[in-house]
Amino acid sequence: MHGLLDIESLPRPEIEAILDRARFFQPPPGETYRRLDALRGKTIVNLFFEASTRTRVSFEIAAKRLGADTLSIAASGSSVSKGESLVDTLNTLAAMRPHAIVMRHAASGAPQFLARHLQIPIVNAGDGTHEHPTQALLDARTILDQRPGIEGLRVAIIGDIAHSRVARSNVHLLSKFGAKIVLCGPPQLLPRELEHLAPGVSLAFNMNEALQDADVIMMLRVQLERQHEAPMAASEYFRFYGLRLEHLKLAKPNAIVMHPGPINRGRELSSEVADSQSSVILNQVENGVAVRMAVLERVLS
Amino acid sequence: MAASLLITGGRVIDPASKFDGIADVLVVDGKIEAVGTGIEAAGVPVLNAKGAIVAPGFIDMHVHLREPGIEHAETIETGGKAAAAGGFTTICCMPNTAPVNDSDTVTSYIIQRAKQVSPVNVFPIGAITKGSLGEELAAIESMKEAGIVAISDDGRPVMNSRVMRRAMELARALDIPVIDHCEDLNLSAGGDMHEGVQSVRLGLRGIPSASEDVMVARDLLLAELTGARFHVAHLSTSRSVAMVAYAKSKGLRVSCEVTPHHFAITDEELCTYDSNYKMKPPLRCEHDVEAVIEGIVSGVVDAIATDHAPHAGSEKMQEFERCPFGITGLETAIGLSLSELVHKNRIPVGRMIELFTTGPANILGLDRGTLNPGAVADITIFDTDSEWQYDAQQSLSKSRNSPFHGRRFRGGPVATIVGGVVKWNRE
Repeated sequence: MHGLLDIESLPRPEIEAILDRARFFQPPPGETYRRLDALRGKTIVNLFFEASTRTRVSFEIAAKRLGADTLSIAASGSSVSKGESLVDTLNTLAAMRPHAIVMRHAASGAPQFLARHLQIPIVNAGDGTHEHPTQALLDARTILDQRPGIEGLRVAIIGDIAHSRVARSNVHLLSKFGAKIVLCGPPQLLPRELEHLAPGVSLAFNMNEALQDADVIMMLRVQLERQHEAPMAASEYFRFYGLRLEHLKLAKPNAIVMHPGPINRGRELSSEVADSQSSVILNQVENGVAVRMAVLERVLS
Repeated sequence: MAASLLITGGRVIDPASKFDGIADVLVVDGKIEAVGTGIEAAGVPVLNAKGAIVAPGFIDMHVHLREPGIEHAETIETGGKAAAAGGFTTICCMPNTAPVNDSDTVTSYIIQRAKQVSPVNVFPIGAITKGSLGEELAAIESMKEAGIVAISDDGRPVMNSRVMRRAMELARALDIPVIDHCEDLNLSAGGDMHEGVQSVRLGLRGIPSASEDVMVARDLLLAELTGARFHVAHLSTSRSVAMVAYAKSKGLRVSCEVTPHHFAITDEELCTYDSNYKMKPPLRCEHDVEAVIEGIVSGVVDAIATDHAPHAGSEKMQEFERCPFGITGLETAIGLSLSELVHKNRIPVGRMIELFTTGPANILGLDRGTLNPGAVADITIFDTDSEWQYDAQQSLSKSRNSPFHGRRFRGGPVATIVGGVVKWNRE
């Protein structure tokens, strides 16, 4: 596997291999992740052109647990602010011979663009409104920790779908495994073409409809920073697209609630839901490390 | 300078005079003297065109030459050379230079400069509004006197319908066409590619077909209101084809052009985020591409134009959303038209020649596009079966931003003759 740019082009067996390996990396209860030497002597650069705490830290811990040397660069304060182009920045870093670059960028396709011009493996940690492949992988790991398989599951993804790279990656992954996916959000955040993104996808503008018999409920953050038009008022949004306890009655009895974070209590879900037994939000964070260990190991060895 | 030449043995196709047959073409003093078989002319240089097609000089009515002001991307000289290498004898340059061609001073500069350095004829198109800002009409009468052949605010279309109406009234009085880059800037704002399944998949912001269609509709209504000659630039959607067809059936003086890239490739190409596929209008979906080709076949489309839009490499080597719109096109137009239209049996080669000659000449009222005796000896010689590969790195344009780099073609330009002088040939 030369880098990881997206889920869409990743074959299902590759995904299964990563998810299996991630389970091996999951720590036993009460312990932390294994410390391995699989990537001893390897250098990984985390290049974040967009603010991120959880993904950057997660990649950093994953690399360190595998024995790799890592360094993280935030775009502000780097040469980027001196007007250096993206290609030049990456070329400069690549000339220092790291073994892989993990990058996040606000522009869709930035890692694909760089991968065409550079030899070094690139792991996409989120590109604009396109994909966030490791998020979908850790979400799948989290679902599989709770369910025997993904096939036939009804997954409701609710919120700002239009601007969500998490939604796109999840749709591709879940579709490859035969899930039924319902995308739900206000019309301006739910382009009709999404229905044709992958097999098994349907759209709903009504939350009750989307939640009916759901096995998995994925809530998304409203990405105000990516909206170019006046957003829906927060109160209006929560009233019609915010997840509250009473909604959970519509879903399957043991349905799980997921969220890629950071969560906005009272905007896309109520505090009660976030803290409820149904919530696996912290399991997702935890699985992030194990999944990224599996990805880095696969890319670098 | 008296330029004389005898072109022998080619298949001469002149749609204007409905001539199609193996013949010689004699040029004397820069004019067509005769077309026929067995012409003998002592002391005149001979150009053997056996196996090739001899056609009136091709006209590209939509190019960007970037001079004055943006010479790092293209100049009148380099754009002219690329045109000659692409088989064009005449090009019409859009006014979005720096400064904008909105006065007779800039128009005269372009014409003078072209006479000095361009191997092909250059006819400027003037701005509709001052600075192409969409507010006040430019010095259209003065530019007309200085030599513009049409007006357009290409790339920065006039949003104010009243301003557009006034421009059309003036253009009607001056008997020049109004060319519009039809795009509702509010609908397309922020968009990077055609809005559809692909844009949603790639997470790129969309430019809906409707942003083109609503402006075509507006302009057709204004053309009816004013009686102006109205021309749709780089038409790219199925509904725009239908609306132009309807307007023509109602007798409006309406015409349209399409670019080779809009009939050759679709928005599926964007999957690599290669900015050489980024232009306006954007590459559309298969349904629109098919409608555009149908428009060419049925006769709704009057001309093929390249919208040659050179950009320096640094501008195109960026994140997709930061890259400017536009691709080069002069050197690949004939190759693409042959491969997508003629070799796929959508149109005969004679119809293709019309789209490059009588089509644009009639729209602009140019005294070109025919091999009739007495006409200016602008001649394009091309073949339909030579195998070649386009190498953008070898382009005579200053810029390299072509999505067709590396593409293999069957048939292409052989020689370009302007005023009886060979300005370019393949060898």
